[in-house]
Amino acid sequence: MEKKRERKFLQGNDAVALGALYAGCKFYAGYPITPSTEVAERLAAWLPKNGGRFIQMEDEISAMAAVIGASLAGKKSLTATSGPGMSLKLENLGYGYMAEVPCVVLNVMRGGPSTGTPTGPGQADIMQARWGTHGDHPCIALTPSTVYEQFSQTVRAFNLAEKYRMPVIILSDEIIGHMREAIEVPLEGELEVIEREKPACAIDEYKPYDNSVLVPKMASFGQGYRYHVTGLNHDEYGFPTNSAKLIGLQEERLIKKVEENYDDIVQVEHFMCEDAEHIIFAFGSSARASKDAVLNLRKKGVKAGLLKPLTIWPFPDREISEYASKVKDITVVELSVGQSVREVSRAAGGRCNIKHIYKVDSKPISPVDIEKAVEG
Amino acid sequence: MRYDIRFSGSGGQGIITAGILLAQAAAIKAGKNAVQSQSYGPEARGGASKAEVIISDDEINYPKIISPDIVISLTQEAYNKYAVDLKDEAVIIVDNTLVHEYKQDGHKVYAVPITASVKELLGSAVSANIATLGVVNEICKIMEHQWLLDVVISNFPERAAENNTKAYNLGIDLAKKVME
Repeated sequence: MEKKRERKFLQGNDAVALGALYAGCKFYAGYPITPSTEVAERLAAWLPKNGGRFIQMEDEISAMAAVIGASLAGKKSLTATSGPGMSLKLENLGYGYMAEVPCVVLNVMRGGPSTGTPTGPGQADIMQARWGTHGDHPCIALTPSTVYEQFSQTVRAFNLAEKYRMPVIILSDEIIGHMREAIEVPLEGELEVIEREKPACAIDEYKPYDNSVLVPKMASFGQGYRYHVTGLNHDEYGFPTNSAKLIGLQEERLIKKVEENYDDIVQVEHFMCEDAEHIIFAFGSSARASKDAVLNLRKKGVKAGLLKPLTIWPFPDREISEYASKVKDITVVELSVGQSVREVSRAAGGRCNIKHIYKVDSKPISPVDIEKAVEG
Repeated sequence: MRYDIRFSGSGGQGIITAGILLAQAAAIKAGKNAVQSQSYGPEARGGASKAEVIISDDEINYPKIISPDIVISLTQEAYNKYAVDLKDEAVIIVDNTLVHEYKQDGHKVYAVPITASVKELLGSAVSANIATLGVVNEICKIMEHQWLLDVVISNFPERAAENNTKAYNLGIDLAKKVME
């Protein structure tokens, strides 16, 4: 008998946990924080039953360190947090980029700087995700806006992490994390699951940071290959170096891993954009309100469309650029005084009008407000 | 068909659970689109909280309710805060155990002694949220009672099934009385 997808009524955070299991995640370390805690709760129950390990750490810094350690030992690893915890993870996140350690970091965004509004949504950690940790570094960040996407984008986050050997961030928000809706859970094999490429060469030939390829193969600790892991700029064997040539090659390679794979990494959804004169750019919970706004505007005869990024980093410059030369205006909707709007303006390069509607009072933006912004 | 249903009460009364159960039954048993969301403060107990459920044949995008068809309030504070922006034809259900000041005109208003009746029948008010589901579904005819009751029973340990069934049926009876 042909197996059918099971219909489940799930919370957004539950779907991340379920997606992590689907992707083969075997390790979670974290420190609970609203509105992300349910991810830890589910995985505390589910991981041990699925051959994995769960550990609640003393804080977010150590949780990020534990996730990096588990990944070096060959296990797909996840941590989940919200803004205040993300601030703490940043140092070790940078270590993850430098040492090229695959892992997934979920930030369920809430309001405000510091502890802000724990139970209110926010979308103001966009720039933190990109530039929070210091130095030039690559960044991949995904923005789901439905419970199903919480599942599917988590699977994709693990895939991208393994494929490009780097941490991948999922930027969800309180509304998407806490809301519940039904999803049809994909069957095993239905969604692609990418496994880490491991070396098979002779032990003394292994270069964990081989600059002649974009993504060097990664040996698990305990597999027999010996190498050094450090946050310092290193040579191809992982040992610290002061060679300008090696430092330069490595830095450039880190960035190129993402830059040269834009088409593979950047995903956007175009909703009624084909004949649109007005584009709305929105992600996460704001994209849901924007979709209703598009439907309502169409009923009034206004040719509106929604450009919804599922990848916010790298920023979908090419898609925005394409619309910028066709449409009258792009309205950016975000729960931030203005983070993604600056990027949209940059990508549009003055070729169309840019409008902006935002809210930072812990409440979401309603479809009516968005319609007014587009029409106004 | 679309229902925008807002449950409101105080943290700890189980209104978010009630919302989840109703939405789950609609999504899984009735095969509808259903979205549940909530709003609450930083406190685990007390304060006014709400759970919102949207049930629709069409796709549901914006997950929050702009103007409800049905509002249920279990406390005065929750009534004052959340029985607002109602549609003209809206149904308001107040638990008059704790809600004493409410508008009687303008909408279809039902005052039902939910918490007090559950306490009297079962010795504890812990299943008041389940009785509330019985009340709402009997008044508003959202779905078959059995579908909702099945979901209620399957979401709790077996030992709770008897009391939850009693509470749910009590809700139906209470609703019948106020509709007479």
